[in-house]
Amino acid sequence: MGTSGASGTLRLYAAVVAGGFRRYATYRSATAAGVFTNTVFGFIVAYTYMALWDERPGLGGYDEAQALTYVWIGQALAQALSMFNAGFAVDMVARIRNGDIAVDLYRPVDLQLWWLASDLGRAGFQLFSRGVVPLTVGALCFPLALPGDPVVWLEFLVAVALAVVVSFAIRYVLALAAFWLIDGTGVLQFGGVVGMFFTGLLLPLNAMPGALGDLARVLPWAALLQMPADILLGARSGADGLLRAYAFQAGWAVVLLAAGRLLQSSATRKVVLQGG
Amino acid sequence: MTQDFTENFIDVEGVEKVFDVRRRAGLLRRERHQVRAVDSLTFSVPRGEMVGYIGPNGAGKSTTIKMLTGILTPSAGRLRVAGIEPSRERTRLARRIGVVFGQRTTLWWDLPLIDSYRLMHRMYRIPDARYRENLDRCVELLELGGLLETPVRQLSLGQRMRGDIAAALLHDPEVLYLDEPTIGLDIVSKAKVRGFLRDLNAERGTTVLLTTHDLTDIEQLCRRVMVIDHGRPMYDGELSGLHAFGDGERTLVVDLERELPPVQVESARVVKVEGPRQWLAFPAAQSAAPLVARIAAAYPLVDLSVREPDIEAVIARMYARAPSPERPGEAGAPVGR
Repeated sequence: MGTSGASGTLRLYAAVVAGGFRRYATYRSATAAGVFTNTVFGFIVAYTYMALWDERPGLGGYDEAQALTYVWIGQALAQALSMFNAGFAVDMVARIRNGDIAVDLYRPVDLQLWWLASDLGRAGFQLFSRGVVPLTVGALCFPLALPGDPVVWLEFLVAVALAVVVSFAIRYVLALAAFWLIDGTGVLQFGGVVGMFFTGLLLPLNAMPGALGDLARVLPWAALLQMPADILLGARSGADGLLRAYAFQAGWAVVLLAAGRLLQSSATRKVVLQGG
Repeated sequence: MTQDFTENFIDVEGVEKVFDVRRRAGLLRRERHQVRAVDSLTFSVPRGEMVGYIGPNGAGKSTTIKMLTGILTPSAGRLRVAGIEPSRERTRLARRIGVVFGQRTTLWWDLPLIDSYRLMHRMYRIPDARYRENLDRCVELLELGGLLETPVRQLSLGQRMRGDIAAALLHDPEVLYLDEPTIGLDIVSKAKVRGFLRDLNAERGTTVLLTTHDLTDIEQLCRRVMVIDHGRPMYDGELSGLHAFGDGERTLVVDLERELPPVQVESARVVKVEGPRQWLAFPAAQSAAPLVARIAAAYPLVDLSVREPDIEAVIARMYARAPSPERPGEAGAPVGR
């Protein structure tokens, strides 16, 4: 293999990314229904926020336009970052439970990279299919504080990419629990509820009070929505603020991916694969 | 260093696999006990051989395959495939083996069949020309031509199975593990799959280990068969030898003039009565002539036929006779008849 090794590996995982993208692209009506849901949900949360910021102007350091922008960014990213559901982890837990994971293990590939690549493809599709429309509708119907500078948008997209990896890494760790628990869906549900709260999809982490807010802002879920939103809203402008946001995201990505890798090797070594 | 394995492609020596099983034995108490899925298993398969591997459910067949592919580590013993210790170098070995499960799929469920093959192309780093050639060959022989653009979820079971077999062969594996490749298939699909496997083995010399409950698979494909039960090997040899193995009983079917109580005759016993027809079992080594004469003398005999012991019955008896220390009443029960 020698020199062709690295490029071969790259081509393989690129093919997996592309497959993950196309896999979701085949379900057009599901995508349309999802876009509709995100948009409706956006309206509900937007009106709730308007009432809240009316009462408490400047909550979390946001003015009303920024708060509304936060809502629509949240709706645009919700699916790409799997904030409502566990995404690939549901598939993976099912494969662990019914023994299909054995098929994955027969392949000359790394299990974690395989699932990561496939989840990146999915996220890529959902970022565009389920992200652009809700954000556009939001911008047309509400006074949003969106930046005009394309560089800021680029910085935002980098943060989103890092967020996708962190989101994957969290769910990968949760899914691996199924190797020990037989039924991993409970773990995923628990992770989903905790994640939804600490992601800040319901209330921005900036607006969470006291010790709870302090805690929420250092947990890995803060890397998902709060960081990209902060960057888009200009709260992290300047090279220093930006780098610290990226470092926070990348740090959690590395820690959680390493944890997943550790769990993976002990899972594949020790635990009985289910089913014949 | 792998000199002694050049003859045998697969080498299994005294392999055991013990699982720790925890069972709830009360409100909080959990009992731990050990299940010996495979026990002192020894066999070897030379390159290019096609071997049938059979046994009842829970006998240890899948556990054996999992150890041969390296996703389970043996608890004891020594195991080599192509000179490689599978559990230590699972990924390296994976490039040289193909695995097909009748009940699972390696194909990308939501995407057209061809997408899965393109992925295999990248996954196994198959040279482009080789990939094209192998794909064309599989498409032709497995009749996949019209299906390449069809999403896998829309394929029938037989189509999917053929699709899975093709996926396992694109990288020219030296050994192919097949776990129930004909399960659930209709007669025509079964024949197609068997024909393809026979040609593959003959033309490419691919070593094949075939696990199945369908003994016709074995009869049509394998000269050699291994029988395992309760994790222990029970028979390893030519398929024809199985007939002689065990009690080797033949069956005499007699049609009487009318319904009668079971025939009473020396050296044979009635195993079944259906109206005027009765089935008698007698030792295979014994001649049927004196038996027929005795029955004809004492009963109103209309017609008769002698049936050779069929392989299924031999195996059923073999399973039934084995002691079953761990799972009484489950796997030890006679199969079928």
